[in-house]
Amino acid sequence: MEMTKKPKIKGMKYEDFNDNEYLENMVKELNANGVNVLVGVLDDVVNWGRSNSLWPLTFATSCCGIEYMAVGAARYDFARFGFEVTRASPRQADFIMVAGTITDKMAPVLKRLYDQMADPKYVIAVGGCAVSGGPFKKSYHVVKGVDQILPVDVYIPGCPPRPEAMLYGMMQLQRKVKVEKFFGGVNKKMSQEEYRRILREQEGMPSPNPVAAQAEAKDKE
Amino acid sequence: MDIYEKITALVPGVRLEEGATPTLYVEPASLHEAAVALRDHAELQFDFLRSLTGMDWGEEGLGVVYHLESTRLGHQLVMRTATADREHPELPTVCDVWKAAELNEREVYDYYGVIFINHPDMRRLYLRDDWVGYPLRKDFDESEELNPIRMTNEESSDFTSVYVKDDQGHTVETKQVLFEDDEYVVNVGPQHPATHGVLRFRVSLDGEVIRKLHVHCGYIHRGIEKMCESLTYPQTLALTDRLDYLGAMQNRHALCMCIEQAMGVELPERVQYIRTIMDELQRIDSHLLFFSTFCMDLGALTAFFYGFRDREMILDIFEETTGGRLILNYNTIGGVQADIHPDFVHKVKKFIAYMRPKLREYHEVFTGNVIAQERMKGVGVLSREDAISFGATGGTGRASGWACDVRKRHPYAMYGKVEFKEIVFEEGDCFARYMVRMKEIEESMNIIEQLIDNIPAGDYQVKMKPVIRVPEGRYYAAVEGSRGEFGAYIESRGDKYPYRLKFRSTGLPLISCLDTITRGGKIADLIAIGGTLDYVVPDIDR
Repeated sequence: MEMTKKPKIKGMKYEDFNDNEYLENMVKELNANGVNVLVGVLDDVVNWGRSNSLWPLTFATSCCGIEYMAVGAARYDFARFGFEVTRASPRQADFIMVAGTITDKMAPVLKRLYDQMADPKYVIAVGGCAVSGGPFKKSYHVVKGVDQILPVDVYIPGCPPRPEAMLYGMMQLQRKVKVEKFFGGVNKKMSQEEYRRILREQEGMPSPNPVAAQAEAKDKE
Repeated sequence: MDIYEKITALVPGVRLEEGATPTLYVEPASLHEAAVALRDHAELQFDFLRSLTGMDWGEEGLGVVYHLESTRLGHQLVMRTATADREHPELPTVCDVWKAAELNEREVYDYYGVIFINHPDMRRLYLRDDWVGYPLRKDFDESEELNPIRMTNEESSDFTSVYVKDDQGHTVETKQVLFEDDEYVVNVGPQHPATHGVLRFRVSLDGEVIRKLHVHCGYIHRGIEKMCESLTYPQTLALTDRLDYLGAMQNRHALCMCIEQAMGVELPERVQYIRTIMDELQRIDSHLLFFSTFCMDLGALTAFFYGFRDREMILDIFEETTGGRLILNYNTIGGVQADIHPDFVHKVKKFIAYMRPKLREYHEVFTGNVIAQERMKGVGVLSREDAISFGATGGTGRASGWACDVRKRHPYAMYGKVEFKEIVFEEGDCFARYMVRMKEIEESMNIIEQLIDNIPAGDYQVKMKPVIRVPEGRYYAAVEGSRGEFGAYIESRGDKYPYRLKFRSTGLPLISCLDTITRGGKIADLIAIGGTLDYVVPDIDR
């Protein structure tokens, strides 16, 4: 299925973005898995609102954090694009900019912050360290890429990335948000069965036995 | 050499080792006694522990190198001690002599597994308690199976171990309580907007009064020192910028200087001029960021935008010449990466002319504000003795009346030839620390103004051999970083890789005095105190 509607970002043409194929493939894949993407006007309205008020978590571990602050300050000013304020509490944040190296000791803390955020939530890996371990790839105490512990939506390479690169990466995230379906169930990017199984596993419950589940369903009928 | 002869005569149990760097060797048994004598003897007065480095000498065993200095008499000393036992290495603590040793010895324990007898708090400093092995030992097994990424939440124990000697000379481990059951303990960090990074405190409160505070580091411990041991000298330079990223120029300057001094490289004057100007620009950059973030912590958000707006001008100047905004990679061994941009001089002058009135505006906007004054004056007082004992250099030390500026103590680059005031305050409170940094911006501009018009012509890079080898020996060089003395210590065995490379962190002494200065204060003042100490966490954890 073709992508029927292209996500619009004010002031920048669709063709000017890199990685458009990725977005198209993502939509294709979601469609193939039975998730309807881009259903209607209502979704458009919701996604317009969501993508233009993505609030980041105040989270930075090292150098990239300073550049990230510069993006928030007067010259680059990410509030222009709707990122408005950083939130110190994960409960109020929409996405994490993982700005800086994640060490082994920090990994569970970051995971916990991610778990504390409310759905829908996104992750941007900023800088070489968060993308792959960067200059510290050989270290004994550095996580080689934050995607080992979190699902990452956008990668911004650089050491540290320029503020413009960060803005570009954040706009890519907006585009990703714009093609997502919001109504009729949360788009988890996975099938319902898989999602339920993961939820059960997280709560420590055993995976449902398919035979028993079927029997139960029959009883109800 | 005088001082070494004097010491061997005055202090019992020490031996002088000649070599590229004369070093005093002390047997572990007489270490504590020697340390007390070194500090207290009227002719020695070594009251400042500059740096404490753990070492793995292979066959000789594990040990520690101490860099000492006397703040009154000005002389310096390198001292070392070693224990051959690799299974159960033990050394006596010196943290009752120099308070700076407290966290540093915990670092050595963390890196090498050396247990310090009588140390009041023998826990790991950076790594998790369930970490297997000691990473900086030469025989450390780095395999992922031993230390996978542990995704379980970390347990913070309320107990610590203290090792003491019993009557028969056996080492006995005793458990000490850090926090009693009925204490009200609040956790701050590692994800907290006012800790300036991923630092974590556990604070015991009585109402809102702080009873004690424990610092937890290591959330951004990247193992830089271990990595450096397998990198060639030019490669190690790349990591210095990422330590204290607001002192990128100065950090790299320190390491380059250390290697150049070891190899005996003479630098052209042009390089010295450029390095000095760049260091000072970096200092202004750092202090502007300090102003921005500190004011933001105290609730003055406007100041944040002001500071960042003006800081961008310096970043533009950096970018034109070096190509980087934050990570600059500019200094090299024997020079600098590239010649200064043709617009450099003009832009620097323009910036200085722009900055002076802006500083007045800062003072009008924030310094004179009643709320700001109330929150800073008399809060978090650090005495001069404590500042020296903890080794809290930089603006923090100078705010407590300790003239500790490396630029004055051991002039390097062009600092011996320019005139500038060392800003020293006596109060030691948050306001003094804040004012030191604001005044230093002015002094830095004065220094730049003296140099900017006279940059001599010449090469910007000395021709070096393709493979750089540092002659065998121990070398230490320090610069005045943005927030204190930043030193690089190299132990070389003549290879193209350093045998051991240690960075004297500017931030570690600053956080080690946090417990002392926050006790009895309010929890809200912790933010003001932490802000004015102006630490950068990746520099602490390294």
